[in-house]
Amino acid sequence: MQPREIINTTEFNLIVRRLAFQLIENHTNFEETVLIGLQTKGVFLADRLRKELETIQPGLNLNVGYLDITFFRDDFRRTDKPILANETKIDFIIEGKKVLLIDDVLFTGRTIRAGLDAMLAYGRPSLVELLVLVDRRYKRHLPIQPTYVGKIVDSIISEQVSVEWEEVEGEDKVLMHSSEK
Amino acid sequence: METLSVDHLLGIKDLTKEDINLIFSTADGFKDVINRPIKKVPSLRDITIANLFFENSTRTKLSFELAEKRLSADVINFSSASSSVKKGETLVDTVNNILSMKVDMVVMRHPNPGAHAFLSRNIDAKIINAGDGAHEHPTQALLDAYSIREKLGKVEGKKVVIVGDVLHSRVALSNIYALQKLGAEVMVCGPATLIPKYLHTLGVRVEHNLKKALEWCDVANMLRIQLERQDSKFFPSIREYTMQYGLTLDLLNSLNEEIIVMHPGPINRGVEITSEVADSSQSIILNQVENGVAIRMAVLYLLAGKIGR
Repeated sequence: MQPREIINTTEFNLIVRRLAFQLIENHTNFEETVLIGLQTKGVFLADRLRKELETIQPGLNLNVGYLDITFFRDDFRRTDKPILANETKIDFIIEGKKVLLIDDVLFTGRTIRAGLDAMLAYGRPSLVELLVLVDRRYKRHLPIQPTYVGKIVDSIISEQVSVEWEEVEGEDKVLMHSSEK
Repeated sequence: METLSVDHLLGIKDLTKEDINLIFSTADGFKDVINRPIKKVPSLRDITIANLFFENSTRTKLSFELAEKRLSADVINFSSASSSVKKGETLVDTVNNILSMKVDMVVMRHPNPGAHAFLSRNIDAKIINAGDGAHEHPTQALLDAYSIREKLGKVEGKKVVIVGDVLHSRVALSNIYALQKLGAEVMVCGPATLIPKYLHTLGVRVEHNLKKALEWCDVANMLRIQLERQDSKFFPSIREYTMQYGLTLDLLNSLNEEIIVMHPGPINRGVEITSEVADSSQSIILNQVENGVAIRMAVLYLLAGKIGR
């Protein structure tokens, strides 16, 4: 079966813009706030939000970092998933700051759990918020909820949600893949 | 899934170029980890590792133990000086006894070449060679090549000279294999008595004049004279060796191009290398030690990923 488009390019850009405005509402000039994208796909969203925020508020001084969670995963030796690490790049202090964790899809919550652990190796933030583009609700394995959501999607466990980016796949959109052939 | 082609790290000889690059890119991640405020990750928290040292070691043992602890593994240590080996127990019995205490991985240093290969056929645990006699010392070669890659951007096409006691050195053999697999040119330099007779069959250049060797190379890896392994006289005196093959600041400054100086440690200051050279800006000896922890974390992590549950 062909994947179903659940967010098209127009909606995608509207959502990112809306998320950017929500962030400005809560964080004003981002002096005490840092953005951290989770490797790999959360990094694209973090970069896109930075671009959007800088368009809305020119001259904004944003701290944006990337966090790799590979070594903090709870499924090491339990899956056949790639175990190769990605780059972590956090060249600012998170101690005492408000941290905005950013990922593309929130599903079981295990990635975010690992992200929280990985982040704490850098210090103790005063506050942590979570921003996701897609929230697959009712599928959580852990008590984790996002602060900012692009779109809520109801899906069954065999379905897969994938986010495509202009810089990688050529077009911004979100697809739902059914496991049925 | 990217994974190593081997189940144990017995020697560099068994690794592919892809294996070495996988270890390097994993080590990049761990190098980042060990420079964080909290230098620990939980990856190996359900793994137990035995460090079996049947031969003395300071740096390698500390480095492995630190790597294991930074991966949250449980660690037990053993050295033959205080063990039942002295009472006549065989290697397989010693190790099997340790394994019955539910150990998943074994890091071993042993004076007999091939002890690890033998053990890997007889016991059920992942084995990492931390040095076997004058045969191989794979993690040292990996961290040496990794340090060259870090300093010069790549290993491919670089010229590396290994100077000194090649005959008694496990570091030399592992380095030759690793550097050649990564596309570097390798030369050995030392008195004819300390260069193995058939070494050139490995595709290695042999040079007996230190100055000529240094003018050829990008990197000089200075080996320690292993007096404890020498059962006869290989050169007239330490003083004469130092005159011929000791790296001094004058010699270093007389070269047309700046080279990088490495040493696997422990250094005999004033013998193979003077203090000025060891502490100079061209020396990356302490970077090697730091990279050693990251490389060992990478090897442990990648092999642990192959342990079935």
